[in-house]
Amino acid sequence: MAVVAHTGPDAGPDDTVVRAGPDVSNGTVIPDGTASPDGTVFPEGTVAPEGTVSPGGTVTPDSPRLAIRVSGLTKSYGEIEAVRGIDFEVKAGETFGFLGPNGAGKSTTIKILCTLAKPTSGDAWVAGRNVRTERDAVRRNIGLVFQDTTLDNYLSGAQNLRFHAALYGVPAAAVAPRMRQVLEMVGLWERRDSLVMTYSGGMKRRLEIARGLLHAPHVLFLDEPTVGLDPQTRSSIWEYINDLKTREDITIFLTTHYMDEAEHCDRIAIIDHGKIVAIDTPEALKASVGKDRVQIQTENDEAAIAELASAFGIEAGVHEGAVTFSVPSGEQFVPQLFARLTVPVRTVSVSRPSLDDVFMNYTGTTIRDAEATGSDAMRQMAARLGRR
Amino acid sequence: MTMAPQTRTAQDQTAPGQTAGTGTAGTETAGTPAAGAAARAASRVLAEQIRVSVPERSLQLDLRAVSIVWRRELIRFRRDRLRAVTSLIQPLLFLLVLGTGLSSLAKGSLPPGVNFKTFIYPGVLAMSVMFTAIFSAASIVWDREFGFLREMLVAPVSRSAIVVGKCLGGATIATFQGIVMLALAWLADVPYSPVLLITLVGELLLLAFTLTAFGVMMAARITQFQAFMALTQMLVMPLFFLSGALYPLKGLPGWLSVLTRIDPLTYVVGPMRHAVVAHLNIGPLAQRALSPGITWDGWTVPIWLSLVFILAMGLIMMSIAIVTFSKTE
Repeated sequence: MAVVAHTGPDAGPDDTVVRAGPDVSNGTVIPDGTASPDGTVFPEGTVAPEGTVSPGGTVTPDSPRLAIRVSGLTKSYGEIEAVRGIDFEVKAGETFGFLGPNGAGKSTTIKILCTLAKPTSGDAWVAGRNVRTERDAVRRNIGLVFQDTTLDNYLSGAQNLRFHAALYGVPAAAVAPRMRQVLEMVGLWERRDSLVMTYSGGMKRRLEIARGLLHAPHVLFLDEPTVGLDPQTRSSIWEYINDLKTREDITIFLTTHYMDEAEHCDRIAIIDHGKIVAIDTPEALKASVGKDRVQIQTENDEAAIAELASAFGIEAGVHEGAVTFSVPSGEQFVPQLFARLTVPVRTVSVSRPSLDDVFMNYTGTTIRDAEATGSDAMRQMAARLGRR
Repeated sequence: MTMAPQTRTAQDQTAPGQTAGTGTAGTETAGTPAAGAAARAASRVLAEQIRVSVPERSLQLDLRAVSIVWRRELIRFRRDRLRAVTSLIQPLLFLLVLGTGLSSLAKGSLPPGVNFKTFIYPGVLAMSVMFTAIFSAASIVWDREFGFLREMLVAPVSRSAIVVGKCLGGATIATFQGIVMLALAWLADVPYSPVLLITLVGELLLLAFTLTAFGVMMAARITQFQAFMALTQMLVMPLFFLSGALYPLKGLPGWLSVLTRIDPLTYVVGPMRHAVVAHLNIGPLAQRALSPGITWDGWTVPIWLSLVFILAMGLIMMSIAIVTFSKTE
């Protein structure tokens, strides 16, 4: 067992958890003091396990190390194609978000990456391990927080963590200090001996995040980490996640259908109907839209749309109960709008491009409209209640 | 694999009173009146380096998993006192109400000085174990419904470790339930002989294990709690009635005789009754009359074979459960 609780005097605050490399049993152990402070998944000098960077490709010394690599992934359930050929890479240390409406294929993708589902075709590597052929190795290197709670309500918070530590083989000497660390991180240390059934929804989610981190995984998967929580709790969960990024040397992969949450990510992939339609940083995606969004409420939406088309040559649609369209400069457009539109306008709003616009730009619909046609009525309700 | 001694951090030495990571440290921190001290302790804990590695799968790891799954069963059982008490009620009803009520009727056919309650006591013991064992397996169905099963199934341990831990956990708490019943032996005029008690505990453990394995095997396939309970309830009573718990397995009509020999519970109740009767202060003839042994077409099945038979059944059912769980997800 490689149990080393060690702090070098020169250890920075940003690398609080030092892992032995993924190949501990093969004798590859990081020499003291060279714990990857740059947030890399594989320790220096260790050749990444097969297929890390590109299966059959070249591993160049200065190429960014990858936490996740997905290539041509598809998944069908009978007739239904949930995931229809996706490719992407997540660099080590990144926070990567999968944004899309329910039923877009987010959960299916996360399941495949966590080895809970087998891909129909294509391949994926997580922490350098193949999800098809190295299930155990993948599982050792990932932490999971599911959409639905997977805690034992009849055990205390600490007992839930101890159970997890034993199942993941966390070295006995490291269990107590690490447990304290993750519990402090999510602010549950004082409540560790209370039964989980007495926890609030937000506390349970935090405990699950702490548990997911307990075995110091390389990649933490968060499947809709704040679904079903009230807005205040949601933002506090995000504080913990952002805090965690500064403390742990970890890659975070999360799915969400909340636009505002996607803003927390370093990069996001927009997924719709089982395909990735855009992938970049939130800023770059917003810049790519290059237009302001104008929403007007009118006495007669149909007439307004027709007039917009004839007078300005603008293609507008009704989204979220208002006539919506994009123009290069919203402030300058509004006076012209009032001057030339004959349909009475009740309200006007102009907004800078948000991820909503990005989503609309790439998919032709807003995420809310996309969900309104979805199947999971309960989830929609929860989503709507949770939003603003 | 390397094993380096755990060394404290520099920060630890500056605050020796609050060593990180132990339970007592936590209460100290919580009890500190100055919130600043607690916050400092917390930030120190957060900044501490802890090397954590998840090792490759090994037998040692699997044993640790078995042990934690087993311990969880015990913790949950300890919390659930109501269940412990309620599962004693039915066996006690059989022993005290049925046993007393039928004793005058049975008097003629029992050797003098032998109580009918003594005769049915082994069966009642078996019954007390039965319910707890099968209920404990039901927790798998429960865990599935509440998501905790997933936490176990995604862990990088072998599924067999989880199933074995579950079976042993259920067997332990069910045996404990049997021991409570065993403590009430005086109600049935059964002597507290150490040899007898040890024999009975051993046999109860065997029964508890096999029944839990049976329950786990069912729970591996049945995903609905109601369905699981309905099915097991339906099976428990016939198993009990056909086991010879309430009547001797001699001179029965052919159909019943066959059914009793098929019932696995027979092979535990028989040896237990043999043990109890052997410790009664009655002649060998009376002993043979009370516990004639299980016969297959005139051949008396030895006690050891009965017990081996039960153990083998338990192991087979546990293996089936392991295979089923290994296939899921």
